[in-house]
Amino acid sequence: MAIDPVTLMAALIVASTPILLAAIGELVVEKAGVLNLGVEGMMIIGAVSGFAIAVQTGSPTLGFLAAAVGGALLALIFGVLTQFFLSNQVATGLALTLFGLGLSSLIGESISGATPPPVARLNIPGLSEMPVLGPILFSHTAMVYFSVALVIAVWAVLKFTHVGLVLRAVGENHDAAHALGYKVIRIRLMAILFGGACAGLGGAFFSMVRVPQWTEGMTAGAGWIALALVVFGSWKPGRVMLGAYLFGGITALQLRLQAAGIAIPVELLAMSPYLITIIVLVIMSSGKSRAALNAPAALGKVFHATG
Amino acid sequence: MKNITKLLTGAALATGLATSAFAQDDPLQVGFVMVGSINDMGWNTGHYHGLEAVQEHFGDAVETTYVENVPEGADAERVLTQMALAGADIIFTTSFGFMDPTNNVAERFPNVMFEHATGYRRDHPNVSTYSARFYEGRAVMGHIAGHMTESNIIGYIASYPIPEVIRGINSAYHHASEVNPDVEFRVVWAFTWMDPTIETEAAQALIDQGADVIMQHTDTTAPLAVAAEAGAIGFGQASDMIQFAPAPRVSAIIDDWGPYYIERVQAVMDGTWESGDTWDGIGPGMVGIGEMTDAIPEEVRASAQAMVEAIAAGEYHPFTGPINMQDGSAWLADGEVADDGTLAGMDFYIEGVTGDIPN
Repeated sequence: MAIDPVTLMAALIVASTPILLAAIGELVVEKAGVLNLGVEGMMIIGAVSGFAIAVQTGSPTLGFLAAAVGGALLALIFGVLTQFFLSNQVATGLALTLFGLGLSSLIGESISGATPPPVARLNIPGLSEMPVLGPILFSHTAMVYFSVALVIAVWAVLKFTHVGLVLRAVGENHDAAHALGYKVIRIRLMAILFGGACAGLGGAFFSMVRVPQWTEGMTAGAGWIALALVVFGSWKPGRVMLGAYLFGGITALQLRLQAAGIAIPVELLAMSPYLITIIVLVIMSSGKSRAALNAPAALGKVFHATG
Repeated sequence: MKNITKLLTGAALATGLATSAFAQDDPLQVGFVMVGSINDMGWNTGHYHGLEAVQEHFGDAVETTYVENVPEGADAERVLTQMALAGADIIFTTSFGFMDPTNNVAERFPNVMFEHATGYRRDHPNVSTYSARFYEGRAVMGHIAGHMTESNIIGYIASYPIPEVIRGINSAYHHASEVNPDVEFRVVWAFTWMDPTIETEAAQALIDQGADVIMQHTDTTAPLAVAAEAGAIGFGQASDMIQFAPAPRVSAIIDDWGPYYIERVQAVMDGTWESGDTWDGIGPGMVGIGEMTDAIPEEVRASAQAMVEAIAAGEYHPFTGPINMQDGSAWLADGEVADDGTLAGMDFYIEGVTGDIPN
């Protein structure tokens, strides 16, 4: 009846990766002062375009590339509307999700039922066969390692580099950044595209690795979880990663508890991932550091270079 | 065939208003309302195949329309009203949650016939209900599962705790334990009909817990994909899911709505349509058993086939006593057969199934 911690850990990492990819992309977008609620739509477009191209070409790599491009293209619509036509970011983001869900159904109509090419798993002689660490750490697809590397890269760029400083400046006070001569709109557009590409990759992880098949609406709200994680992780890459792993971990754990026949009410188990993730992250950000007030000051505000 | 997507229904309505429902020369208008996508490879695909069967059988004499992804609730009432206004002569509403909308709209359109799947409300003379005895198919799958499991652990992905699903678990368990008394069922409640991610993870969790047979009462092929990778076996659900044959999909429960739909459309044409309740199983062909593949040992295939034939002939009822309830109290005495009323409202596990049914 016991739960095997090794398979649980391996499942946790797989369950968390798509949310982590989407969340780290959205973190960069929000750090630049833009609120894009279209994550779900960009993920599902990534899921369908990655799947379609992988099936057509037989190459998972091309599939993931297509997913990133697909997500970025959808994000470009959002970017043009909000940055050049100064549309409302909340409304535009919501519309983007609805549009993405509909468009993906249309694209996916002809390919449902197809089987994507298998995505290779890491196989390092020696390491991958190790008893406990092997299955947990060294037997995943390249995308899992990429997602972790991406989190570290985003953290390092935001904290230590000039590019990161400029991005944060734009997100904190776009008028000041503009006065200093930085191209606010161009920087934000780049961030929006990056966020779209990340969300697209996260979506493709669903359709090519985790499930792997195409079904309408298959991201099933993962984009909204990613959005929430950015806020509850108080815009810090490390915390966002912790939140994603916590959410994925409890999702995997609750199903295992059910499968093991442990007598906890199913209703409680089913809501536990949401509840526990939120509680942990809220407690973490309620301390003296005032991380809850960490939101970029210009988040969601429209920038127009006047004068 | 005319495909009306949700967005276009309004436009279709504008042009359809002029159509008289009873003009003799016009083709009979047959409408379908689906809760999900017709491409789900499961429940909704099954109903769509029924639509195709109607179109093929009647040719130009009918015009079929469908609206997919209709939420269960007020939105369904709007879609149904538009379909009725657009001149539909008979409308099939193919999900349990369309029960109230169907009856509400039926009251306002007494000349349109309504057929509601898996429900029990027939408030008006123009409403019929129909469903299939899926538990007959589950009995056969349980029989195969009981024979084929080596770990004696069978994983079961359940959707919602409603009588239809509980009936399926009981039927499968009863027939698995009949041939293998050591068998144990692990049930995971997904609380969804269709979410490939949850289904994948549930299947993975069950396999990690030692299950080598996965049964599912959810609609996508995701659990079969997990089973394929893990070397476990599973069964097609609602549709054949033949792309996973010969293994992991070793057989399937197939919903075959076509003959019923053809019969009911014919009745409207002949003017003999009457309100009623239909609950058909393997015998009349509403529940089909997908081809049993070579992955099943030959003698098991033979005994499963014998069970299929006995059920079809009406010689064997999957719930034949002695069967006790989960707490050990008697439910069916030796040789006693469950009545339809109890089955329709089944809210208890039989003896041997572990765990509680969620509220």
